[in-house]
This record gives sequence, C-alpha cells and structure tokens, in this order.
Amino acid sequence: MDKCQTSIQKNKNLSRRDFIKTTATTAGVATIATGITLTTYVNAAGENPVTNEKRWGMLIDTNKLTEVDIDDMVNACQEEQGWGNEAHSTGNQKAGWIKKVKVKDKATDRISNLALMCQHCDQPPCVDVCPTNASMKREDGIVLVDRHLCIGCRYCMMACPYDARSFVHEALTDQKEHMPRGKGTVEACTMCVHKVDKGEKPACVEAVDSDAVIFGDLHDPTSKINQTLKRVQSTQIRADLNLNTGVRYSGI
Amino acid sequence: MSIIRYEQTQGKSLGFYALIAGLGAFILAALGSVYFMEHNGHHVTGMSNRIVWGLPHVFALFLIVAASGALNIASIASVFNKKIYKPLSRLSGLVALALLAGGLMVLVLDLGRPDRLIVAMTEYNFNSIFAWNIILYNGFFVIVGVYLWMMFERRMNKYSRKVGIAAFTWRLILTTGTGSIFGFLVARQAYDAVIMAPMFVIMSFAFGLAFFVLVLMASYKWTQRPLGDAIVNRLSNLLGVFVAAVLYFVAVYHLGNLYLAENAGVESFILMDGGIYTQLFWYGQIVLGGVVPLALLYSPATKGNRSMLGLASVLIILGGIAQLYVIIIGGQAYPMELFPGKEMLEGYGGIAAYTPTLAELMLGLGGIAVALIAIAYLVKFLPFLPESLADDVADPHHKN
Repeated sequence: MDKCQTSIQKNKNLSRRDFIKTTATTAGVATIATGITLTTYVNAAGENPVTNEKRWGMLIDTNKLTEVDIDDMVNACQEEQGWGNEAHSTGNQKAGWIKKVKVKDKATDRISNLALMCQHCDQPPCVDVCPTNASMKREDGIVLVDRHLCIGCRYCMMACPYDARSFVHEALTDQKEHMPRGKGTVEACTMCVHKVDKGEKPACVEAVDSDAVIFGDLHDPTSKINQTLKRVQSTQIRADLNLNTGVRYSGI
Repeated sequence: MSIIRYEQTQGKSLGFYALIAGLGAFILAALGSVYFMEHNGHHVTGMSNRIVWGLPHVFALFLIVAASGALNIASIASVFNKKIYKPLSRLSGLVALALLAGGLMVLVLDLGRPDRLIVAMTEYNFNSIFAWNIILYNGFFVIVGVYLWMMFERRMNKYSRKVGIAAFTWRLILTTGTGSIFGFLVARQAYDAVIMAPMFVIMSFAFGLAFFVLVLMASYKWTQRPLGDAIVNRLSNLLGVFVAAVLYFVAVYHLGNLYLAENAGVESFILMDGGIYTQLFWYGQIVLGGVVPLALLYSPATKGNRSMLGLASVLIILGGIAQLYVIIIGGQAYPMELFPGKEMLEGYGGIAAYTPTLAELMLGLGGIAVALIAIAYLVKFLPFLPESLADDVADPHHKN
C-alpha cells in the first residue's frame, strides 16, 4: 500500500520531459529485448543451418520388405502428414506421397514389391524445372516444395521420373500443424523433415519393424545405411538418368 | 511501289458489334469456368496427378506457338526485304501480340494459384526453361510493341529493319524455348527429344500463318476493302510450304523414336493402338491438318480459290490443336518407364485416363476469343490495315 502510494507520488512529480525520456528508453529496451528473446529461442530450438556434411538417405530391401510392411509405411505416412482423405478428388487426383508398387520381371516372372516415394535426388529434375524456386533441395539432400512460392504450374510433376508428386485438387481442412497443405500447390514426401530435424526417423521407417528399411546419413561411415550400402548390392530406380537418388533399393 | 495508306476500320456496323458480343460471350464463359475451377480446385476438371496438363494447356501452347509464327510476315518484309509483305507488317505484329495475350491468359488462369502470378514475375530460377519462357514472353511484348511503334511512327521507320531483326531473333528463341519445355523432359518417353524445339518453330510458322490468313481475309471482306490475288496467292504458297515442313519434322521425330527400342512402346501407342490419340494423330493431325490442306492449296482445282484457302487455314488450325493434344495429353497418358525390363502390376502404370470437361474447353476457347477481340478492337482504333491491298497497290509488277 505504502509502496503504491510512493509510486503514484513519484509519477505525479515527473516532468513532461522525464516522462518522454522514460517512455522512449522503455520502448527501446523492449524492442531490443524482443530481438534477443527471438534469437535465443531460435538457437534453443536447435535450428542450426543445415549443411551438406550430412546426406539423408534410405535403403529399402525388397527381399525383406513384406507387403504388410509397405501398407504400414503408407498408413504411417498418411497418419503423420495428413494426406489421403481428400473428399472430392477421385482416383489419380488423390494425393499419393508414397505408394505400394508391384513389378514382375518380364523374363523370370519374379515379383518384387516396394514402396515408391520421392527419391530425394541429388540432381532433382523437379528443382531444375521449377520456375519460381519453390521446388528446392536442402543442403542435406532433402527435396521439398516451398508452399509459399509454388504457383501450381505442375511442371515439376511433368519432370519427375518417379511420379512422386501430387497436386492438391481441392480445398483441405484439418491439416497437421507441421505440414500445412494448400489447394492448388504441389506436394510430395518430405522425408519427414520435421522429425529428422529433431533427431527422429521418418514415419514410414519407424513403421517397419525390421531392417528392411534403413534410414540414416549416407555420408557418415559409421552409419548403418552407409555400412550396409558398402556391403550389399543396391540400385537406384532409373539409375540411367544419373540423378544420384537418396533412396536406394536392394533386391530388385 | 505506290504509297500504302493505312486506315482504321469503321467498326460501327451491326456485324462488328455482333462479332464483339459473340466473342465477349466466350470470354465471359471462360471467366466463369476459371471461377468454377479455382473455387472448387482442379478436382472438377479432367486433370489428375497423371495428366497434370490438360486441355487448357493444349490451347495455351497452340496460341503461344501461333503467336510467334504470326510475326513471320513482318519478318519476311523487314528481315528478308520482301517488299510485297511490307503492307501486312503492322497486322502481323498485332496478330502476334493478340495471340500471345490469349495464350498466356489461358496458361495463367489454369495455374493452381493464379493469384501468385507476381511470384512468377519476381522469383526466377534460371535453370528452368519455364522461367526463361516467362522472360521470353514478356520480352516478346516489349520488342514487338517497339517494332510496331517503329512501323507506325514515320520518323522511326528507318529503325524498323533493325528492330525487325531483333524481333525475328527473339521469336525464334521463344519458340525454341516453348518446344524445349517438352524436349528437356528427360523422364518421359514421348518427350526427351531435342527435335521438339525446331519442330515447334516450324509448327509456329504454319499455325501462325493460317491464323493470319484468316484474320486478313475476314477483315478485308468484312470492311469491303480490296485484297488482290498477288498477296493472297503468295501467302497460300507459303502456307503450303510450312505445312509440308511440319509433316517432315513429325516424320523425322517418329522415325527417330522408332529406331530406339526404349521408345517402341510409346510409338506404338501414338501411332497404332492409342485409341483417341491414334485417331487424333492420323485423322486430325496428319490427314485433316496436313494432307487435305496441302491438296487444297496446291491442286489445280482448288488453287487460288479463297474459300478453299480459308478452309485449308481452318483445317491447319484444327490439325494443330489435334497435334498439341497428342503431344501434351498423349505424351502424359503413356506411363513412364520406371522399371525397364519389368512389368508394372500395381501402384503405377497403365494408360492414364483423361476426359476434358466443358470448363476446360471454355477456358481454352476464351483464349482464342481474347486474341480475336483484341485484334477487332485495335484495328478499329489504330491504322493497322492498308485501305487497299489490290494488286496494283500491293505489287505493281504483278501480272495476272
């Protein structure tokens, strides 16, 4: 009570000049302090610049991967990223970030099942053709679409050799907070970049309960994916295009 | 050569207003279609994740290709110094700009986010042939605009040849760029061929001239101005040469593809068992758009007949739209070869279905209407058309 009265007393005694001075200082400090707070927050969130020291990749072993595994991968992706429940889109209009593909060898009739998604190329044709730089590749090899720059021209979908991209054909609701999607823009597998940046694995990798799908840093000689790729024979889909994909397959 | 006098058209007749009203109705229908497509999203169209570019792209690319070709008449006059084409130069520049405007309108309004056009104008990826095309289209407006100014302004006439050369070079690069949109697509069997670029250039010659001939003959007929055979017959001969050249490039493109085993599938799809695409290729593109016009233009029975020239021009335009339909839609409908040597059982593959919707068709036709309405209005307000193109004016040395 006393303190309060003293404060009022003091305020009464403030000259106009003092008042302006105090206000200006307070405003200045507040502005700078906000900046400091923001910077601190960013650093605390661990958003260090992504560098090309790492290259995220995936190895899918089609000999170990069961059809149930693939269904689990697709479901996990849909759950994580919130696609696949488009109400109005039909057939090929629906989003398909990852899909189950079954192929038969023409000579031997051997059947292989695999999960097909964005292959996160080192030389991505989608990034080359995008007129507005909306399609982009992070330094760590993850290929993404900037939904703020995408004008929906679909040229990236013409250029992608893997049919990996989808165009949002309708207005959407109930989107995931980490994965905003927008009508009229193009989208694809993000390699669960929001999880990877937190040190987690992509949802589809987590969904498989064996080492049929290995995720990791292709460049790190101690990583499981690097060591496995050194040991087993693997391939890239459309290796002839020389795109140096981040997703590799063995057993096909 | 006598002095050419240019004069605005009157544009007060009932016919003129009927034309404007008719074209206006098409433009309104196009805008309505755009609202419908953009409000609901592209799910109301026939397009999908497999056929990402549909009928609007067919019209847009047809108009853009024809636009650069329509400038040829002016180029022949200024770059190659053929005086007889000089009186047509202004109209040639106008038709080129109008067609490009119509084509770009369709292209932009079919974007997923046409409201972000400003992004396309400010963010450039210089590795993208598409981004280069945006620069080339904008530059075309500027260069042809300046070119028209040089032609209209007597003091500037002396520069018109230099600007004409620049415009001619620019348009060759532009159509090379448009063809390369497909030629550079390495993943798709139907594209990935550098011959697409020169083929598009030669297609532009034929489509642009066909459009120009129709505009020229209609505007002289409707304004009752004399149009002599000297000019018309020359244009007719030139048109025939261009149509034959298109057929040549199409033959080389398909023969080249047929030689490579990897392209056998897509070739047999387009040429033999592709259903609507095969029919459009043979009946639309080759017969109606190539063989019949050649016969009409060169056979003694029909040569020199204006109605037959008009019919040939219409067929060339329809054949050109069929050709772009086969290239754009047919090229996407055939699946990419993801696993050579293997058969795709599930998940991808098969021929993608596409049924264009009315909205897509109206948007495409709206592009043509925009081009025509721009021409109809501008010839009314500026002296684009010589008041006479009778033989003794256009070519005093012409002998009947």
